[in-house]
Amino acid sequence: MKALVFERSLPRFAAARVAGTLAPGGGARVGPLRLTDVDPPELPGPGWKRVRPRLAGICGSDLATVDGQSSRYFEPIVSFPFVPGHEVVGELDDGTRVVVQPTLTCAARGVEPVCAQCASGNTNRCERTAFGHLEPGLQTGYCADTGGGWSLSLVAHESQLYAVPDGMSDETAVMVEPAACGVHAALLTAASEFAVIGAGTLGLCTIAALRTLTTPHVLIAAAKHPAQKQLARELGADIVVEPDGLARAVRRAVPGTMVAGGQLTSGVDAVFDCVGSESSLAQALEVVAPGGTIVLLGMPGRVSVDLTSLWHREVSVRGAYTYTNDDFAKAFDLVQDARLERLVSGLYLLDRWKEAIEHAADAGRRGAVKIAFDLRNERGLS
Amino acid sequence: MPRPGFVLDVDRSTPPTLFWHGEGFRLERLPTGSRVIYPPEPLDALNDPDEAIRRALLEPLDSEPLPALLKPGMKLTIAFDDVSLPLPPMRQPDNRQRVIEAVLDMAAAAGVDDVQLIAALALHRRMTESELRHALGDRIYDAFEPHGLLTQHDAEDPAGMLHLGTTDEGEDVEINKRAAESDLLVYVNINLVAMDGGHKSVATGLASYKSLRHHHNVRTMQHSRSFMDQHRSELHSSNWRMGRHLKAAGVKIFQIETTLNTNTFPDQFAFLQKREWEWKARDRASFLAVSKSLGRTPPRLARRIFHSINAPHEMTSVQAGEVEAVHARTTENVYRQQLVEVSGQTDILTMGLPYICPYNVNSVMNPILVMCTGLGYFFNLYRNNPLVRPGGVLILSHPTPWEFDPVFHPSYIDFFEQVLAETTDPLEIEAKYEESFATDPWYIHLYRTGHAYHGVHPFYMWYWGAHALDHLGGVIIVGGDPAAVRRLGFKPASTMRDALEMATDVVGRDPSITHLHCPPLLMADVSV
Repeated sequence: MKALVFERSLPRFAAARVAGTLAPGGGARVGPLRLTDVDPPELPGPGWKRVRPRLAGICGSDLATVDGQSSRYFEPIVSFPFVPGHEVVGELDDGTRVVVQPTLTCAARGVEPVCAQCASGNTNRCERTAFGHLEPGLQTGYCADTGGGWSLSLVAHESQLYAVPDGMSDETAVMVEPAACGVHAALLTAASEFAVIGAGTLGLCTIAALRTLTTPHVLIAAAKHPAQKQLARELGADIVVEPDGLARAVRRAVPGTMVAGGQLTSGVDAVFDCVGSESSLAQALEVVAPGGTIVLLGMPGRVSVDLTSLWHREVSVRGAYTYTNDDFAKAFDLVQDARLERLVSGLYLLDRWKEAIEHAADAGRRGAVKIAFDLRNERGLS
Repeated sequence: MPRPGFVLDVDRSTPPTLFWHGEGFRLERLPTGSRVIYPPEPLDALNDPDEAIRRALLEPLDSEPLPALLKPGMKLTIAFDDVSLPLPPMRQPDNRQRVIEAVLDMAAAAGVDDVQLIAALALHRRMTESELRHALGDRIYDAFEPHGLLTQHDAEDPAGMLHLGTTDEGEDVEINKRAAESDLLVYVNINLVAMDGGHKSVATGLASYKSLRHHHNVRTMQHSRSFMDQHRSELHSSNWRMGRHLKAAGVKIFQIETTLNTNTFPDQFAFLQKREWEWKARDRASFLAVSKSLGRTPPRLARRIFHSINAPHEMTSVQAGEVEAVHARTTENVYRQQLVEVSGQTDILTMGLPYICPYNVNSVMNPILVMCTGLGYFFNLYRNNPLVRPGGVLILSHPTPWEFDPVFHPSYIDFFEQVLAETTDPLEIEAKYEESFATDPWYIHLYRTGHAYHGVHPFYMWYWGAHALDHLGGVIIVGGDPAAVRRLGFKPASTMRDALEMATDVVGRDPSITHLHCPPLLMADVSV
């Protein structure tokens, strides 16, 4: 079958890193990712199903992988070669449409008894992502045994499968996975004053989730590009500003806030960093209130940030990785209520994968948000 | 004998007309049949301004001579207009220096020891040391400032303000406490335009936001037609009520007003004060040299060059005494210099806006100030009827950069980026946003301790244009930053020709066109 496969190749990885630094998405042309014919993955055991992807999104973490920018932290929890793609709406052999919840937890791995995190429902924090009867892999799309969405076939455990309601379009369904990230992040704090940095897919889904699932007193979004700004407003941000205007906007929105040097004296209770860069984290520290929380949705990698204000103002920084099963279920409502299918800006056939990745890497500037592969009319399934 | 103002009918032989364009100029060939309104030539200056000042103090209008009002042991406060006047700043000695020195001489002769000077800022930014020295001279500055006797009005100092009740119409009258409690308040003014002076000097210059909001609002500005014409200006009616209330409350004011001629630019810019068809070879050479060099100069440097200009303004009159009597005489003198009779309104009014307005001395004219200068000040330079007909189009020429001075205009940035992004309707802006900006503690802090205009000031700038917004069918800015122009709610045009073409969509084909050739300042007396 036709699949995009990411292989372990240090020279190509190095080339991707260089190309990705020069131009986002540049790693697609020189890196370890290639379109090839492979055997479909075997069903690993009972409870596993074959899924034929219909749409598969391109995520920021995929782009970081393609461009060789991912942290080495992931090395023990991925297995090569793997087929990327973890934002998947597909079809079972019986024709049932499903969204794949990609985290490969104890249930999928056949680990008994399940780890403490899975037992408590925090499956996104599973302690066994490198163990069990599967090759290591934190998610479908990073595991050699399961395949991934950027192909014509993958396998998924029944615990990962969520049926798509009748009437929900594929475009809506493919947004469930990123929307679930937004749901998870939005429910992490009990705050009411929010700032969201970044208005790509994650940022917009977080805005939608905050607006839908919480009762914000004020919700401020920092967005770079005109289309992002418009969507941020439509999805519920009260105030939308350029990134460099965030501190001014927060100062105005939170009564009594003054400025001392580059630091606001007060700020919003919670900042959602949906970029994960050095500058976005530094900016989050500038605008978060003393005692407030910075939630990292964007994958940060290695950054260098002055944490003095974090120490002095007793700010918490916490990660927000994927979602629990509850979050995932809630995301089905969110994608419909917030009409998140409007974020799907471009669909590509697998053969045009390089263009697709370059488009996704440059989405903001090109007025796009979510780019996905359209596999509904692909041939070549073995 | 200086020539009066003049309305030129453009014909085929008329040379291109000079338009101000921020820190530069444009030569525009206006269509045949257009009119150009030129200001009167500068009036002759007083031969001996110091003697004229002395005489005004000794022979005041409807008041005892100043020396008779000065007694040992009394508390004397001298308030003076701030950096917003005159424009450009005048060559030294400034009128304020001349007048205050004369007042101080008389106070010293009378044995008055308790004397304080206050810059009447209202909600403007605090003046810098060099600006104070320029306005007052080193002698006064060095004698008063080190001892804390030269202060700048602080409308947000709760201990420094005194509420004196309300007018018959319920307007709060709250002014500077030191001024209110003095045995005599001497106000030293420079009347650059007819709007300045009179009761507005104290009732606005030394007031608080609580007091100012009664006349600095959209309704008042929409009912001031124009605010340059005291008798048809609700802005002035409110100030006059407050001024009379102050008098009734026992605040004794001795008003000293001065007027200037329109000798606005130094020799190297002499062409700016001449009518184009009268340019000599030297004027043409100066224009070319200045234009060419400005074209090669980075905008910031060009701005610095322009803001270093000191105007050769000269004093044309000085009058002192009772506020209303003084101001009536002052207004006559302003009109004598600036009034130009114009017959009939126009479909399209064009203006070239210069680099400076009252609120950007030594800084950039940001887009909000462009709006205020064009639709506020210049549009209102009329008596009886606006120059442009109702539903007509105003075409401004100005680069309108999306640029702000973060020290002087911090609240302007938020106003532009947050408020105008949502609406440009003055009434909606006033209702929804004014109070939060006016009471924002950060803006108050910057106003009190730095050199920032008060948080509410950009709102006033927007209200200043409210009458024009109400009156006009459209506004076009030639040569401006398109994004900034659109944020203002106006239309951008690359050339004057394009702008005139665009205007016909609003006013129809073959429109009448009038150009306000200003500055130097003029005021159109428009009959219909």
